[in-house]
Amino acid sequence: MLELKRLSKSYVPGKPVLVDIDLEIAARGITSVIGPSGTGKSTLIRCVNRLVEPTSGEILFDGVDLAGLSGQRLRHARRHIGMVFQEYNLVERLTVMENLLSGRLGYVSPWAAWRRAFPPDDLRAAFELLDVVGLAGYANRRADALSGGQRQRVGIARAVMQRPKLLLADEPTSSLDPKTSVEIMQLLADVARSREIPVLVNMHDVELARRFADRIVGMSEGRIVYDGPPATLTDGVLKSIYGGEAWLH
Amino acid sequence: MPAAQPAADAHGAQRWRRFTSGQRLARFAVHLAIVAAIVAAIRSVEVIPEFLVDAPEQMLDLFTRMWPPDWAHYPDTIHEALMETIHIASLGTLLALVLALPVGVLAANNLVPSTPVNLFAKLILVSSRSVNSLVWALLFVGIFGPGALAGTLAIAFRSIGFVGKLFGEALEEAQAGPIEALTAAGAPWTSRMTFGYWPQVEPAFWSIALFRWDINVRESAVLGLVGAGGIGMALDSAMNLFQWDRVAVILIAIFAVVVLAEIVVTQVRKRVI
Amino acid sequence: MSADAAGRDDPFRASRWARVAWIALAVYVVYASSRMEISWERVVTGLENASRFFARMFPPNFERWELLLKGLLESLEIAVLSSAFGILLALPVGLAAARNLMPAWATWPARFVIVACRSFHPVIVAILFVKAVGFGALAGILALTVASIGFIGKLFTEAIEEISDKQVEAVRATGAPFASVLAFGVLPQVFSRFIGFSTYQLDSNLRNSTMVGIVGAGGIGGTLFAAFQRFDYDFVCAILIAIISLIMVGEVMATGVRKVFLEGATLADLFSRSGRAVRVRPLEGD
Repeated sequence: MLELKRLSKSYVPGKPVLVDIDLEIAARGITSVIGPSGTGKSTLIRCVNRLVEPTSGEILFDGVDLAGLSGQRLRHARRHIGMVFQEYNLVERLTVMENLLSGRLGYVSPWAAWRRAFPPDDLRAAFELLDVVGLAGYANRRADALSGGQRQRVGIARAVMQRPKLLLADEPTSSLDPKTSVEIMQLLADVARSREIPVLVNMHDVELARRFADRIVGMSEGRIVYDGPPATLTDGVLKSIYGGEAWLH
Repeated sequence: MPAAQPAADAHGAQRWRRFTSGQRLARFAVHLAIVAAIVAAIRSVEVIPEFLVDAPEQMLDLFTRMWPPDWAHYPDTIHEALMETIHIASLGTLLALVLALPVGVLAANNLVPSTPVNLFAKLILVSSRSVNSLVWALLFVGIFGPGALAGTLAIAFRSIGFVGKLFGEALEEAQAGPIEALTAAGAPWTSRMTFGYWPQVEPAFWSIALFRWDINVRESAVLGLVGAGGIGMALDSAMNLFQWDRVAVILIAIFAVVVLAEIVVTQVRKRVI
Repeated sequence: MSADAAGRDDPFRASRWARVAWIALAVYVVYASSRMEISWERVVTGLENASRFFARMFPPNFERWELLLKGLLESLEIAVLSSAFGILLALPVGLAAARNLMPAWATWPARFVIVACRSFHPVIVAILFVKAVGFGALAGILALTVASIGFIGKLFTEAIEEISDKQVEAVRATGAPFASVLAFGVLPQVFSRFIGFSTYQLDSNLRNSTMVGIVGAGGIGGTLFAAFQRFDYDFVCAILIAIISLIMVGEVMATGVRKVFLEGATLADLFSRSGRAVRVRPLEGD
């Protein structure tokens, strides 16, 4: 599905944030990236759909190297990759429905988008998704009138509207309280499983990652130091990822 | 997928609309009014199409006649006119500040708690603003004859409304706490003004003054066109005599002064206020 | 900052500078006033003139209402057309000048256009157009179009440069083409401000359209200037009353447009509340 080959990124020359990352994501299941702050988790996720430009390496998505694309071909590739953001990144002044429909922008002409003339299929899918994420009846609410948890539900729905082949989630629960975080992760996991969309999510909460992920990738200083199921994520491994041990229990 | 069809009907009520029908009607009405206004204006305005087609060529011709500017004109008359323009703007602003202070105080309800007085003060401010500075200039040229005096008074009278209104608003936003403390200490009205209100509104006052001075520098360059002094008069006479190389120098001079005023205002604001 | 610190070291230093500034100001006032040729006789004759002036202004004379109406209509036409063309042209220019969306080769020329349009008072631009395309409404329309491009272009650019990149990023991540990113990610964020300064500009154009006639660029201003020169002060008064009413009607309509687009008002809302609901923000800096 997705294969990263020797992916590197340095914002400042000589200070790499990602060093030769090799990572393969299967066609289903939730892969969670964990690691200390500033270790390049977010950069890794953002490199996949080229919101951040990798310095070198390959991003093979469905056999095509995204790193070499530009213009329309990059846009077409992006249509198949949904993204959920830490701070939701909804367009605040648009309604919930408009935010959902913005997931279809890659498929409708700008003129149709301007007139809000989306195909009936898209509207039907959007209403269905509103039910799924528990926001039925919120279609015409403006995004800035929603709570954090509700916004992230819209964020997930927007990403799923793309009917993506891959979902990226960049710290989707970091701006939420613990209870809402669990709810949002549950929703993300349910949606991904029922629609068979593989998810690549980075998280700072180890317990949450253990609970929802099928596979955990531990990163430290720009490199992958652990890759395996949650069951084998022992205290020893966590110590090697985060360093120190006082924080464990 | 015929099975989807009934589902679509069941969701028929969900045919999504961004706005309610009342809002759509209002938006449609506004759009219609805008289009109607534009169409009506195009149909009735007296524009000779040949002139419109000709306009780019004529503009180009005008610029070729202006180029190169003849700098020899600057020292003889233009410099003096330019200085006069700056005096008109500065004196006019100062006069407006002096006149607007009492009116602004009278307009502030928390200082003068009398509605008729507030309304009267606001009437003065509104009439000052509603009349364009060119009209004020025409008026004062009629009264005092052509020259810089008329221009200064025009700038002043146009600015009273602006300064008075913003100053009055700043006064009404002043915090009551320090004033209550002074009142409790038995301070007379004048002391409450100078020690209670003035320190709170002083930065706002100076920033309003600077802002208006910047506007006035631009406006005072125009007043000469109706005989109220300054560089506008030089522009008018140069145009009437078809001295286009001189017109060019005047335009550059105006541009330079406007840019300079803007720089002065931003610098002063940064350093002092 | 450093000035503050210095002031704290020596409490009298700031006030000494303030005193110097006040004295300099006083000297300047005396000097500048001396160049104004103010004399006692001039004030006296002026006051006499003024009293005669105002006596002749009242009652206002509406006998030549047809001329008045014609001038007002032409001003209105100038304002409508210059606003329409100005806004239409300012949109692409303002967008092209936004540094966060456009490359440098687009922003520099666009910025130059905006600065060029802003640098002169509309009346001066009008007088240049009169010389180029002749007397009449065309010169006024062109002049105020130029002014609108400068004003709206500048504010539109600033509004776009202040938007949240995150919202744009999210729309771009869906694979949307650039025009759709604009429609869904950028415009919603700047729309309310755009409506705000467009209605402001319409209002400002209306005010200026009553003035450009003074230099021959069409509208009621020409009638006003002629009446002044012929000392028809009662007609002058009538014209001024008409201009002020027109501007006030314009403000009410601008408020209505803002309510419909920004607060989602319906027609019923407009007519039921319009009496005293929203006070129009006075439009300054024109």
